[in-house]
Amino acid sequence: MSSKIGPTEAVQPFATSREKRAFIRKYWALYVISLPGIVYFIVFKYFPLFGSVIAFQDYNIFKGIAGSPWVGLEHFQRMFAYPEFLTILKNTLLIGLYDLVFAFPIPIVLALLLNELRVMAFKRLVQTVVYMPHFLSWVIVGGVLVGIMSPETGIINTILGFFGIEPIYFLGENEYIRSILIGSGIWKESGWGTIIYLAAIAGINPDLYEASQIDGAGRLRQTLSITIPSILPTIMILFLLHIGKFLDFGFERVFVFLNSLNSENGEIIDTYVYRAGLIDRQYSYTTAIGLFKSVVGLVLIAIGNTLSKKTTGEGLY
Amino acid sequence: MLITRAERWFNRFNIVFLSVVGLSMVLPMLHVLAQSFSDNAAINSGQVSLWPVGFTLDNYKLILNDPSMWIAFRNSVVITVFGTLINLAATTTLAYPLSRTEYLYRKPVLVMVLITLIFHAPLIPNYLLIKQLGMLNTLWALMIPGAISAFNLFVMRSFFLNLPNELIDSGKIDGCGEFRTLWHIVLPLSKPAMATMGIIYAVGNWNTYSSAIYYIDKRTLIPLQVRLREIVFTDTFGAADSTSEMLLTVSPEGLKMAVIVVATVPIMLIYPFLQKHFIKGMLVGSIKS
Repeated sequence: MSSKIGPTEAVQPFATSREKRAFIRKYWALYVISLPGIVYFIVFKYFPLFGSVIAFQDYNIFKGIAGSPWVGLEHFQRMFAYPEFLTILKNTLLIGLYDLVFAFPIPIVLALLLNELRVMAFKRLVQTVVYMPHFLSWVIVGGVLVGIMSPETGIINTILGFFGIEPIYFLGENEYIRSILIGSGIWKESGWGTIIYLAAIAGINPDLYEASQIDGAGRLRQTLSITIPSILPTIMILFLLHIGKFLDFGFERVFVFLNSLNSENGEIIDTYVYRAGLIDRQYSYTTAIGLFKSVVGLVLIAIGNTLSKKTTGEGLY
Repeated sequence: MLITRAERWFNRFNIVFLSVVGLSMVLPMLHVLAQSFSDNAAINSGQVSLWPVGFTLDNYKLILNDPSMWIAFRNSVVITVFGTLINLAATTTLAYPLSRTEYLYRKPVLVMVLITLIFHAPLIPNYLLIKQLGMLNTLWALMIPGAISAFNLFVMRSFFLNLPNELIDSGKIDGCGEFRTLWHIVLPLSKPAMATMGIIYAVGNWNTYSSAIYYIDKRTLIPLQVRLREIVFTDTFGAADSTSEMLLTVSPEGLKMAVIVVATVPIMLIYPFLQKHFIKGMLVGSIKS
């Protein structure tokens, strides 16, 4: 017999604070061990959070936070007054939307299809292959795509050539960049999502399927009535997490493909913050933009969580 | 059980469809591989699809003889090895107390970590912090800020929570203090979890890219992925570094593809081990958390 989780000696509510202090002193080692991690979070996560107040200042790097003047919501107002930011916001929203509509369902579909395979070896093979691009960096993925999309030498244009179509410089055209961004994301990350859903499906009680077969259910019926409802909690949680990152498409995955020809449709908040913030040194302004993004993400999660709880009973918290 | 005709068609369709999906992952990589071994003329005339045409090792020779590539490679190796050690040490030392009920600050610390999962500071405040800490243009900036991933922390903690209590008891009976218990009893049993975590962190470290873009502009500290992007997207190979005549005869495309292959090989080598540990780890971790 083994007991888990419970304490190694009685941890009663303490009668006196002296008792409590004695207890802490007894286990002082645990507190010391945890110290580096705690310091890490405070310094590298919370200090910058507090430093975000520069969004409300006209931050001057020589004067520091204490010496820089306060300007209230000026930067936030500026954000919405200038068309430059609005274009970028539009890009970010559109790309986020496409990602949700196209990229999110694909791993679910793939997992369901993979689940229907009877030949284990083939199933494992596809799993292994489909999962691989997840571990490549965005630079490599970008490089691979550059290779196949190249106007003179890439295989896509070669194939198009068979149909008599002129070579297209995909990365140089504004109209393709969003598709490239979403498509590359699907190629790279679908496998990861598929594995997660497959794990969830693996946890379903097989008796449910047996019982349904006795009742005469075919495979489609089984999928609709057993598999999908059973993985619905997993789907909802991943959906909520995805929504929280709606404006957070990703710096690396866009930066890799961006150039002066396609940034009109391709530039998103994260790449703009890098350009305007780090390179052009508009520290306060871009911090305001970043704060705006985080707050919107938080609000979306809150709304999504409430709606999800009301409709499906599942939520993040 | 009877298989209906519809089911048979579905099975065929499924196999074909999933094969196409699988191939779509593999074929672009083959294309890259093929071009990296092909010569100038073949690439430019668009002959190369999945197999090298005009086999040549020139692309690779150029890369392997280029000092800047080796510097970048070295940087990435350093970041991966030391960074991952830091990751594991930091994550484990925080996860362990969080799994013990004798640690009274469990709740506040967990809440503190949870908040960072949802809400994190924008780029500039992070940049200013790194700057003030004097970590700009050092490899520390690539290893410390990401030391603990909240997600991995929770998975590690889950693992510790599942260790039977008798372990720690036996340590006490033998007169071990907490440090000894952790080091001699708990850690050796945590090898599977550490392996999974280690691999996840290592892959992340090897792929370090945006942090380097933000915090580093010293040419000698650039990691591999950043150099890769330079070469592939902005044609800057051999700008000032090599003066080889070979540079004139190879196809720039072939060169780019070869660089991609070189950067991908380490991940490909790890992939089999990754498969084994990762899937198992994910299955346990994701269901629990």
